[in-house]
Amino acid sequence: MLQFFRHAIIENGLLAAFAFVGAVTWLSNVLATRLTKGRIHGSAFAVLIGLALAYWGGALTGGKRGLADLPLFAGVGLMGGAMFRDFTIVATAFEVDPVLAKKAGWLGALSLFLGTVIPFIVGVVIARAWGYTDPVALTTIGAGAVTYIVGPVTGAAIGATSDVMALSIATGVVKAILVMIVTPALAKFMRLTTPRGAMVFGGLAGTVSGVSAGLAATDRRLVPYGALVATFHTGLGCLMGPSVLYLAVKAIFG
Amino acid sequence: MVILGTALLSVCFLLGVTLGDILGKLIGVKANVGGVGIAMLLLIFARLFLGRRELLAPPTLAGVHYWGAMYIPVVVAMAATQNTLAALRGGRIALLAAIGSVALCVVTISVINRLSRDASDDAWEAENPNTPPV
Repeated sequence: MLQFFRHAIIENGLLAAFAFVGAVTWLSNVLATRLTKGRIHGSAFAVLIGLALAYWGGALTGGKRGLADLPLFAGVGLMGGAMFRDFTIVATAFEVDPVLAKKAGWLGALSLFLGTVIPFIVGVVIARAWGYTDPVALTTIGAGAVTYIVGPVTGAAIGATSDVMALSIATGVVKAILVMIVTPALAKFMRLTTPRGAMVFGGLAGTVSGVSAGLAATDRRLVPYGALVATFHTGLGCLMGPSVLYLAVKAIFG
Repeated sequence: MVILGTALLSVCFLLGVTLGDILGKLIGVKANVGGVGIAMLLLIFARLFLGRRELLAPPTLAGVHYWGAMYIPVVVAMAATQNTLAALRGGRIALLAAIGSVALCVVTISVINRLSRDASDDAWEAENPNTPPV
């Protein structure tokens, strides 16, 4: 019996993932109501449980895709992959009020610019403090602090070594996870209560995965506004990293 | 029909990603530039355009809304497939660079949002009380 069930799960990975994520979400909502009386959204718990499971999966298999490296949970990889993520993000745009989005457009653009430059400078400074002097390594680690995609794209463009690339990606992944965890807790401090606030957040916090998970756990209706801006973050980073930012680092440390 | 909504969503998505790739190529970046954002804009325009002509029947809307509502579960699945292990093993540079940049960005967001507050915010907050999602 159990063997047949296992077979059914492996053969129908995506459907098994729907059932599994449904169970995790239900459990998270129960925890949120019982433990925090609803003050922390169930989705914040769900994301945390997801991250913990990802750690467990990684520790068990030594793979890079968290839980999805276990054959029984391979479908979670498809469900949480870029295709479904981007498809559902686009669907949330159906609830965007174009007037509100347009009004905050210039603030979103400013936030995007700051959201690229500030993390980059922090990354470069920390890498310099830890003994890196090569402008290529400094730029690659700084770019990783922007997002985990900007890091390796920049590194590949300017010829970084693989250990620096790995460090750069790790920086970006830590940042995305931090944004997921920290956002619900600091939502009040950041004034994440309006569409414009969410757009500023989307530009500055960067990383689509961090922004989307963070806002989802804070206030669902703000998700499309934040995502609308954040989606340009990686593009801008990939544009500035190997060009302007690299030249600036070279001029200062080269 | 439900499929009409989902098809509309898919067409906007594919067009947006294609345009994002072309944009990346044009400015010489090895990445998709704003593809998802362009797709979102296309969907917003499509809703306005079709809505004005009364071409959006309730089942068609349901074909889009379902996927929008699936967004949070997809994010949970995404969290479960992050390379958490590598993130924790990245060492002090990765941890400090990430904490430092998130901290600075949080402060900047807070400052911008406090400075740019206006009357329309109160109206939005009053209309949309902060209720837990799902």
